[in-house]
Amino acid sequence: MQRIGVFVCWCGSNIAGPVDVERVAEAMKSVPGVVHSTTYQYMCSEVGQSRIMEAIKEHQLTGVVVCSCSPRMHENTFRKTAQRAGLNPYMVEIANIREQCSWIHKDKEVGTQKAIVLAKAAVAKVMLNTPLQAGTSPVIKRALVIGGGIAGIQTALDIADAGYEVDIVEKSPTIGGRMAQLDKTFPTLDCSACILTPKMVDAAQNEKIDIISYAQVEKVSGFVGNFTVTIRKKARFVDELKCTGCGACMEKCPSKKGKNEFNMGLNNRTAIYIPFAQAIPNVAVIDPEQCLKLKTGKCGLCERVCSAGAINYKQEDEVFERQYGAIVAATGFKPIDLDAFDEYGYSQSKDVVTSLEFERIMNAAGPTGGQLVRPSDGKHPHEIVFIQCVGSRDTSGCGKPYCSKICCMYTAKHAMLVRDKYPDVNVHVFYIDVRTPGKNFDEFYRRAVEQYGVDYIKGMVGKVFPEGDKLIVQGSDLINGKQLALQADMVVLAAAIEPDPSARKLATMLTASMDTNDFFTEAHPKLRPVESPTAGVFLSGVCQGPKDIPETVAQAGAAASKVIGLLAKDHLVTNPCVAQSNELLCNGCSQCERVCPYGAISYVEKEIRGPGVREVRRVAQVNPAVCQGCGACTVTCPSGAMDLQGFSNLQIMAEVDAICK
Amino acid sequence: MQGTAQLILERARELMQSGQIQRVLGWEKGEFEHDPTPAFFESEEELQNFCYNDYCGANLSKYLIAASKLEGKTLVCIKPCDSYSLNQLITEHRVNREKVFVLAVPCPGMLDPVKTEGKDLSQGERKDYLLDKCLCCKGAEHKIADETIEGPSLDLAPEDRFAQVRELEALSPQERFDFWRGELSRCIRCNACRNVCPACSCVKCVFDNPNSGVSSKASADDFEENMFHIIRAFHVAGRCTDCGECSRVCPQRIPLHLLNRKFIADIDELYGEYQAGEEAEQRSPLVNYQTTDKEPSDALKGRG
Amino acid sequence: MQVRQDWKPKIVAFCCNWCSYAGADLAGSSRRSYPADVKIIRVPCSCRVNPLFILRAFQRGADGVIICGCHPGDCHYTSGNYYARRRMTLLFKMLEYLGIEKGRTRVEWVSAAEGAKFSSVMNDFVQTVTALGENVKLEDLRCKEPLN
Repeated sequence: MQRIGVFVCWCGSNIAGPVDVERVAEAMKSVPGVVHSTTYQYMCSEVGQSRIMEAIKEHQLTGVVVCSCSPRMHENTFRKTAQRAGLNPYMVEIANIREQCSWIHKDKEVGTQKAIVLAKAAVAKVMLNTPLQAGTSPVIKRALVIGGGIAGIQTALDIADAGYEVDIVEKSPTIGGRMAQLDKTFPTLDCSACILTPKMVDAAQNEKIDIISYAQVEKVSGFVGNFTVTIRKKARFVDELKCTGCGACMEKCPSKKGKNEFNMGLNNRTAIYIPFAQAIPNVAVIDPEQCLKLKTGKCGLCERVCSAGAINYKQEDEVFERQYGAIVAATGFKPIDLDAFDEYGYSQSKDVVTSLEFERIMNAAGPTGGQLVRPSDGKHPHEIVFIQCVGSRDTSGCGKPYCSKICCMYTAKHAMLVRDKYPDVNVHVFYIDVRTPGKNFDEFYRRAVEQYGVDYIKGMVGKVFPEGDKLIVQGSDLINGKQLALQADMVVLAAAIEPDPSARKLATMLTASMDTNDFFTEAHPKLRPVESPTAGVFLSGVCQGPKDIPETVAQAGAAASKVIGLLAKDHLVTNPCVAQSNELLCNGCSQCERVCPYGAISYVEKEIRGPGVREVRRVAQVNPAVCQGCGACTVTCPSGAMDLQGFSNLQIMAEVDAICK
Repeated sequence: MQGTAQLILERARELMQSGQIQRVLGWEKGEFEHDPTPAFFESEEELQNFCYNDYCGANLSKYLIAASKLEGKTLVCIKPCDSYSLNQLITEHRVNREKVFVLAVPCPGMLDPVKTEGKDLSQGERKDYLLDKCLCCKGAEHKIADETIEGPSLDLAPEDRFAQVRELEALSPQERFDFWRGELSRCIRCNACRNVCPACSCVKCVFDNPNSGVSSKASADDFEENMFHIIRAFHVAGRCTDCGECSRVCPQRIPLHLLNRKFIADIDELYGEYQAGEEAEQRSPLVNYQTTDKEPSDALKGRG
Repeated sequence: MQVRQDWKPKIVAFCCNWCSYAGADLAGSSRRSYPADVKIIRVPCSCRVNPLFILRAFQRGADGVIICGCHPGDCHYTSGNYYARRRMTLLFKMLEYLGIEKGRTRVEWVSAAEGAKFSSVMNDFVQTVTALGENVKLEDLRCKEPLN
């Protein structure tokens, strides 16, 4: 039998003014289960709290109702009070008679009556409370970063800097990501490689960082603090430990038809290759699709020239498991396919290129050695047209509804670089809006226009088509109200960016949610921007939404600090107000699993024993370390097997009954 | 029909002899032609009582929950409309697909023994004697099958299944209230609707569970009649395939399917057309959402 | 039907802990009054509100039930209010179909910053329910106080 104590707070005159607190306390004495009811000026004060503690002991209270301010204010205070007196902290309920009563009702009779009802509802609820224990779960002090671009590298460096071990899993043969492909960076125009490659070296040399390149995550199980991840390291056919990166194999390789991914397919590479000079690890890899030895068995030249004996045609994929306390998604982006935008002639002319391809053309280590020439005939162009928002801010369904955010700035950068290096080249930019919200961004754009004479045309391009060796760009100039048909030698398309396609699969494995554009969703769009709603999973870089390099680095650091905050704990204390499944009632229908935003529900085949029951059933189990206690599952469950501790069906119905009486 | 029954039997016998199946779930001959009942047949001998005639309207899929727990495979005779229920049960892991051999059987539309009682069937059209659920037939296609028995199907343009829902919606609130009070007040809480419903498959119903806080065995007040049927319809919303069994078995002839169809009509209108059990592994609209879903206030606008 | 002279409606408001309950607190701290007929039950999220609770409230004598949650897109649990939105839309449409006055049920999104909105929503809801009068269609006679 419950023995409930009711403590009515005056809150000075805040409550005691508009509510007759003595009458409330008196009325509660006749409520079944209440054995003690009293008032005090300030329950939250030391004196008030000790009165509660004394009463708990003196009256052997099993539950406490404090009629006071909002539970959002002092629920924790009074829970701790109860705990200090030896009562389970979850045997406390608050009746909010200040914010939701005394402060809004001027009539004392009305306020007092309502306070009594609210107190009765709290008593009805606390009668059904059960002692809850906050559980703990250990934290494995190692982090996994998925993706080795600037986001992943920065996150890993920051985590390692705090003294924790961290693995980077990168799907391509080298880390570096998109930033490694860039020529210059806006708005400072410093060389991308010059600022990125030292970070790559730092990551490689850091004892706490293990770079697992040419690898992918295959499976994730477990939960915050305790993930088990299966990693598949693809066969390179080159022993990473032996290869010195000398490049002799590349010189001899007779198969030269592989598309050079690093140069966006603008030129070819050998079957055995190192993606670029500063690759990390600086180790060759054999493309099995192109290698004559692997395809036909005839060749083996690289093996013969390798003085380190690193070539191993029999190498197989390596699959292994590792354990982590935290996981960071840093899967980055790619430009969209332009198949749906053939009006811009991308498939019809080699001289229509994407901005990322243009980066490679402008880059000294790129396919043209940094010379601005047309991909079709190697001739120097004289007129270049840039088209912005290709597939961005597109609600037609062909492209992406969002703004890709970086295109305005890199287009200004490209235009400026061209004009700076080749003053004889005329540059036109078609735009919808120019968006430059960033430090020194607008100044940068204005320099392109004012200092470098880039011709910005507000309007959309309708069509690009080849005519002779020229490209005709038909567009509208909205400011001058004209239709234009420009003759261009090259056209550069600022293609929208989209999340890397690997992200979707990863999100499923991590039970991390994604938006309709396949960007990872944050736990809170404003207040928890680097955490996924799935506890222990964090977000870094463009996988969460379009951003430029400085923003990516900032977010990467923020994600790292969240990871460090988690790994610094030896144990996680779990919120006991979580869902619980009654196995005797569970149908195993999986509906609850589908609504759980945290992936906290799993199913097991279990022998169920109950009155008149003994059989193996599929039943739901809630992982209390992962469940956040929202209750979505409880309403999905038709049999009522799923219930929420602290907010159980019976507790809420008891409150309803008390209020409606 | 006799031809079809023969084909089913032959195939069932073969599969039983070859050991591929352990038992058959079908219909057993009753005392009269119009009262066959669902039954398991464990041997060829028992199969002598198998029948498949014009009165085999019963949906057998729910019995597979129990059959999934038994040794060996069960051959089940599934009519096109039953196949939706079976898919839904598989999606919800209530039926183990591997334990079931789905024999898709053709259906020419089933007769309603109440409508045919004392009638000379050669008078009038077959349509006049069909079960109500057959008048809104979902078509002759089976949504799940291991093997299909060919045979005659229902040759009838289906009626608009939402016509009655729309008619009710067009009434005033008081008229609707009076209509449903008139219908639901006849409820005797025999639980036949619940027991037959393939979506109502809880191991223990909340209304039977004394710890649920809402248990009620018999309706002591109008409220409890309303409560039981509202909650039952809500619990199967998004999962109900509109098989119509609830209304077919109701001894009081309460048009319970009009509750389920209301949910289906609203789901179709608000969240896009959805047919539960169309295929396995679908996500029911109630465990799904779009960020652009209509606001309740907008959805409730319009007629009082 | 005999109408009590001083009849006031009973209103149950389910408020999610993170937005609407905080919005109600803000209404209080900024002294924005609304009728005392509204009694709030705190739930972690609007998705915790079971249709059973709503019917229970009507059974026990409530005249109106309102569910308040975070604005779509702002749910503390990311998606809870989206599920609640579908469930409540369908349930309320069903109640309407059964002839229950639709003014007795409502869903409102109130953020922690919208104290004024909380108050105006409650004022408006109480007014609507008062105009509808006592809930007789979903009452349970056994739970009614006898008329004096």
